[in-house]
Amino acid sequence: MTTFDLNGKTVSVQSPDDAALLWVIRDELGLTGTKFGCGIGFCGACTVHVEGRATRACITPVAAVAGAKVTTIEGLDAAGNHPLQTAWLELQVPQCGYCQPGQIMQAATLLKDFPNPTDQDINAVMAGSVCRCMTYIRIRKAIKLAAARMRGDTSHA
Amino acid sequence: MLSLSSHGLRSSGDPSRRSFLITMLGAGVMLGYAKSTLGAADVMLEALSTHTARSAGDLFEPTIWYGIDPSGTVTVNIIRAEMGQHVGTALARIVADELEADWRRVKIVTVDSDPKWGLMVTGGSWSVWQSFPLLSRAGAAGRIALIEEGAKMLGVPEQTCTAREHAVHAGGRSIPYGDIVARGNLRRTFTSEQLDKMPIKAADKRRLIGRNTLAEDIPSKVDGKGRYGLDAVVEGMVYARPKVPPTRYDSKVVSMDDSAAKRVPGYLKSLALDDPSGTVPGWVMVYAETFIAANKAADLVNVKWSSGKAATISEADIQKRAAELIADPKGGSLLVDDPGVDTALASAKQKIERTYTTSTVMHFALEPVNALAFEKDGIFEIHTGNQWQTLILPVLAKALGRSQDKIVLRSYLLGGGFGRRLDGDYTVPAALAAKAIGKPVKMVCTRADDMRFDCPRSPSTQVVRMAWGNDGRVTAMDHHAAAGWPTAVMAPSFMPKGVNGVPYDLFSIFGADHWYSVGAQRVRALRNDLADETFRPGWLRSVGAGWTNWAVESFMDEAAHAAGVDPVKFRLEMLDGAGRNAGSAPNSVGGARRQAAVLARLAEKVGWGKPTPKDVGLGIATTFGQERGMPTWTACAALVRVNRTNGHVTVEKLSLVIDAGTVIHPNSAEAQVEGAALWGLSMALHEGSEFVKGQPKDTNLDTYALLRMGDVPDVEVEFLPSTEAPVGLGEPATTPVAPAIGNAIFAATGARVRHLPIRRQAVLEALTHRS
Repeated sequence: MTTFDLNGKTVSVQSPDDAALLWVIRDELGLTGTKFGCGIGFCGACTVHVEGRATRACITPVAAVAGAKVTTIEGLDAAGNHPLQTAWLELQVPQCGYCQPGQIMQAATLLKDFPNPTDQDINAVMAGSVCRCMTYIRIRKAIKLAAARMRGDTSHA
Repeated sequence: MLSLSSHGLRSSGDPSRRSFLITMLGAGVMLGYAKSTLGAADVMLEALSTHTARSAGDLFEPTIWYGIDPSGTVTVNIIRAEMGQHVGTALARIVADELEADWRRVKIVTVDSDPKWGLMVTGGSWSVWQSFPLLSRAGAAGRIALIEEGAKMLGVPEQTCTAREHAVHAGGRSIPYGDIVARGNLRRTFTSEQLDKMPIKAADKRRLIGRNTLAEDIPSKVDGKGRYGLDAVVEGMVYARPKVPPTRYDSKVVSMDDSAAKRVPGYLKSLALDDPSGTVPGWVMVYAETFIAANKAADLVNVKWSSGKAATISEADIQKRAAELIADPKGGSLLVDDPGVDTALASAKQKIERTYTTSTVMHFALEPVNALAFEKDGIFEIHTGNQWQTLILPVLAKALGRSQDKIVLRSYLLGGGFGRRLDGDYTVPAALAAKAIGKPVKMVCTRADDMRFDCPRSPSTQVVRMAWGNDGRVTAMDHHAAAGWPTAVMAPSFMPKGVNGVPYDLFSIFGADHWYSVGAQRVRALRNDLADETFRPGWLRSVGAGWTNWAVESFMDEAAHAAGVDPVKFRLEMLDGAGRNAGSAPNSVGGARRQAAVLARLAEKVGWGKPTPKDVGLGIATTFGQERGMPTWTACAALVRVNRTNGHVTVEKLSLVIDAGTVIHPNSAEAQVEGAALWGLSMALHEGSEFVKGQPKDTNLDTYALLRMGDVPDVEVEFLPSTEAPVGLGEPATTPVAPAIGNAIFAATGARVRHLPIRRQAVLEALTHRS
């Protein structure tokens, strides 16, 4: 049994220690916003935050998050109004949408580290997040829009 | 479904008339009206008051496509899969515009499979094109019925009434739609002839079409609440992961040993599936209480298979077979076979011949295929995202040994379609797995399972020839294309016949039948039998046009240079709209001259002819999108930089000019063009796999490359304003990108590449040949 904090609530799970956090969150805890894409940490669809850091849940054994704070797309903002989420809506980023929770979770840590990200910062940090619909152009714009708003810069708003 | 009268598909092809007949009568039946006085050719448009239609929930449902409840809420039924195109929003706005509905009071429902919907397919970039005539007239019919009843309720002649903003207005008074439904006695019958002639609004009277809104499907895609097939659950379900056999068709289980798997907690059992439909021969299902356990156990179950010849076939064998087929002048299907091609080639003052090839391409929809299946109340339910319910239902019926009316496909969001989910084969093992153990089963494929079970874009080989006469004019063009034929494998009844009477896969040749006037023309489609025996070919975003245009548009560039003519000028002269390229109403009005217009605008936009820096080149290509019956006029310019030392190609900018006729939802339209163009780039430079002994070489992202953020160029998109019929947008922008890049590489360096994907080594070799 592993105990950890999921979106602000303490949870205890029965899945074996080596079970991937992704499937524990999805199937045992029933939060399906975190997606399965490649299973080897190469696509980013399963990105969650562990202690605030973007983490690939598909290759993270659940035992590794014992006692840690885990945040999923459902817990990024209680009302779903994180500046990235509103920017994503406003710029109509998602197409099929399957990768977008992972993109948003990755982008959220990008903005913690780079409040005013350059294109190179975005390229480097978002490189691990695949969008098969190829919405990259809008993802980049939405990251910049959210970043500007989070800095209080209204010139992009 | 296709408006392809020239290809003999007219009877199944009119997107409006047949389905309207069926569905309108269906609505009447559903609502309990027996109109014996109406012949089969008459269409019933019944509007129902509260007194007569209790079972329908007091709904005014003039057609099965939408209903208005007494509160005024309009609910539009969407039969198309939501896979990123925001199709529900676009289709509902077509209805709402004609209905004069308030968009804020329109709801969208993505429906489950039901025969009453007619053909359920989402592909070919057809959705808006197919649905526009039907849904706009359905909206107009509802508006007329509401005006007539509203006029009575207001006590004024209907001629004095107008419909606006969800209400009928006359002389300063108005009555809301909801009130008309709640209190009125709506009854109206339209004949099919009336519906066919139902006037729809002039373009300048539209209030929603052509204007932006927020797509209805997007909010659930940013907060994690959207439900995809992978998210489907039902009480009491168990999980299963397949053991995918070494070949698609001829594998048989010889032995199975699950002793190691028995140590996995939650492991249940492993079963070889018995599949009367032949969809998944040799499949073994590994069942467990959780996916975690099923996944682990599947790795521990040892299955031995026997397989046939396919297990020895590789990509080079398939391409060798293609070359043999093309070299034989007999065989294949002729789409175009003008007299005089051989004579023109034999007597040409100048002629060129080039061969173009493309590698296998994987779908890699990010959501691996999956399905939840169970029997409930005598109905077999399949919960999954799917693009072609009508195609897979009879296969499921055969697999399960029950009639189609006892099977339903429940709709979910698709974590990518791209044609992968046109082939619903993945529903079959899930259904068989559930049937075999008498419990709900959720089958989840890992990425590697999904890739090995993919129906990839077939490798292709094309040979193209052109002849010039003594006056320097083009006198003939000859195009031969060989590839695996998905339509022959999965939907042979969709294959039209060529002029020589031989059926062909339209989705493995369209694009080659271009709109250039080239004198005597021949277009020959050849089915690569070895490809089809080795793997299951699939429809992949932009289908045949995604690779036939690699040949057509690379070749046009080569031909222009061979003739010493500017590549844009060369094309424009042949896009003259003469003869078969004149176009016709309603879908291709203007013909090749509209293609010339997008090309001319593109050339102007990108400053065609201006010098570029060293090792930087601008290349152009133009296509008509997916098919002649529904041309989306497309032109693309690629600005690329070539590193002569290592062969690396950097695409710096893609510029596209599109004429798609009427654009319903501009923001989504632009999104489709952006995505499709980047798909074209991804397939040109990053993707591509190959078959090795019957299996795709790449099964995950450790070796299969997709375009990622850092390789995305600037993309500029311009739509030419048009009020012509709306055509497709999901795929067309994919088609010109690879040849534009290839042509740009030539412009930058003089090196010509003729294989997709374009690898560094090929660029280096082409540079060597040049020097």
